Amino acid sequence: MDFLATIGRTFLVFLNATGRLAMFAGLGVSHCLRPPYYLRQILRQMIDIGYYSLPVVGLTALFTGMVLALQSHSGFARFQAEGAIATVVVLSITRELGPVLGGLMVAGRIGAAMAAEIGTMRVTEQIDALSTLSTNPFKYLVAPRLIAGLTMLPILVLVADIIGVFGGFLVSVYRLDFNPASYLQRTWEFLEPVDVISGLVKAAVFGFVVALMGCYFGYHSKGGAQGVGQATTNAVVAASIMILVFNYLLTGIFFSDK
Amino acid sequence: MSDTTNGGTEINGAAGNGTPKIALRGVHKRFGQKVVLDGIDLTVNKGESMVVIGGSGTGKSVMLKCILGLLHPDSGQIQVDGENTTHLHGRDREKLLHKFGMLFQGAALFDSLPVWENVGFGLIQGEHMPRAKAKEIAIAKLGAVGLGPEVAELFPAELSGGMQKRVGLARAIADEPDIIFFDEPTTGLDPIMADVINELIVQCVKDLGATAVTITHDMASARKIADHVSMIHKGRIIWTGHANDIDHSGNPYVDQFVNGRAEGPIKMQVRAL
Ligand SMILES: Nc1ncnc2c1ncn2[C@@H]1O[C@H](COP(=O)(O)OP(=O)(O)OP(=O)(O)O)[C@@H](O)[C@H]1O
Ligand SMILES: [Mg+2]
Repeated sequence: MDFLATIGRTFLVFLNATGRLAMFAGLGVSHCLRPPYYLRQILRQMIDIGYYSLPVVGLTALFTGMVLALQSHSGFARFQAEGAIATVVVLSITRELGPVLGGLMVAGRIGAAMAAEIGTMRVTEQIDALSTLSTNPFKYLVAPRLIAGLTMLPILVLVADIIGVFGGFLVSVYRLDFNPASYLQRTWEFLEPVDVISGLVKAAVFGFVVALMGCYFGYHSKGGAQGVGQATTNAVVAASIMILVFNYLLTGIFFSDK
Repeated sequence: MSDTTNGGTEINGAAGNGTPKIALRGVHKRFGQKVVLDGIDLTVNKGESMVVIGGSGTGKSVMLKCILGLLHPDSGQIQVDGENTTHLHGRDREKLLHKFGMLFQGAALFDSLPVWENVGFGLIQGEHMPRAKAKEIAIAKLGAVGLGPEVAELFPAELSGGMQKRVGLARAIADEPDIIFFDEPTTGLDPIMADVINELIVQCVKDLGATAVTITHDMASARKIADHVSMIHKGRIIWTGHANDIDHSGNPYVDQFVNGRAEGPIKMQVRAL
């Protein structure tokens, strides 16, 4: 009986947390849709997410593309299918690895930074101060981050796609002695718009999730430096898990008929 | 303890200039098991400077946050200009907060913004003033708290604690609010600067016609800026009276506090080493 009670209690806690998160998300989105907009804040966040994440996301994509080419070469050689390398690289990158690895990298970089910044503002009463200066914290802090996450991650992932494919190209041409022209031609041959678009939609969702988690855990942090640290950890872990879950769900939606 | 003297003044009740600016009626607030406010009754009239004194941890800051709506009281009424504000949310709350300025105990400066933008924040975001004009006003307000224009470009982390406090003060008064709350405005300042700040608070009330509520432990400051003084103890207001009466309040709690004695009815929770 005690065991059942524990399960029940855990379930209630889970429902409670989900409800709070959903309400937070709803409130955040509603502020994204209603003016006024704090353009300076939005711009600052966009630069932070879009521009300053470029090196880390670009490097990730470059090496992923290179490894993909190497791996599939050694794997496919067993059944004489080396010709498929170009296709495998471009499809893996655009559909899966670009958005997922990009999202995870941004979760570590941006989600953590958001949680730490907003969390510090919470425990040092800066969020209270915002309210007393007639500025809605949701509008000033949360909405700009959600907007920036939602819009910048697709752009970031598009760049990552290109870099990743280029990485595969480099390895194939300079290490595996493929013909550059035919490699590029094979890259294009089987690529369909839905491959890229599905990846960009995923990126938008992941960007939103990362920003939401950073804001949510930061906003509700309490208890000084330790609380902020906890919030940062929670934000990154929660965002990473949600990225993996949403990735599965979205893949199901986009490619279930095939 | 609620029947303790109120100093025999007319301030409890709406006598004088009509509806009180701020009125708290039976405000309760607790955190978990810990009761912090246990039925606060407080009246502040328009244009008056009220000083709230009381021991550390008795709920003074919590009371101010309840009035601002940063914390929600569990029960009781908080009226501003005669209207109950406890249920205000969103836009209505925002509009109400336009009337208020607040100096937080820990200054609570925005550390991502330079000093001048901190001070001009309410002007830029709240009143949509052009940034150049807001900066001018911000520098003027900084001057009033004894900070030169070179400070304007610094970031809060580059200031000393006392300087941060003064920037917080400049921010609280920058858009000339109707009602200003000062949470320990002089702690962390040297005695001379403390007096400058006292003068400034008096000036805000006299010149701008603002209503001020100041929390302080500094009796010299209380004497200088108060029209009325209220003492809070164990979550209740146990004494309210004219500033001139604090030395002969006839209330042993107030006596002990004003004279800073360890012996008396207020027992500090300390154990000998
Ligand atoms: N957010 C909170 N959560 C839990 N307890 C709180 C919270 N804020 C305040 N308290 C508790 O309420 C009590 C009153 O706090 P408050 O900050 O109002 O004290 P104060 O009268 O301003 O003291 P001081 O003069 O030292 O600033 C304290 O015991 C504190 O522990
Ligand atoms: Mg306090």
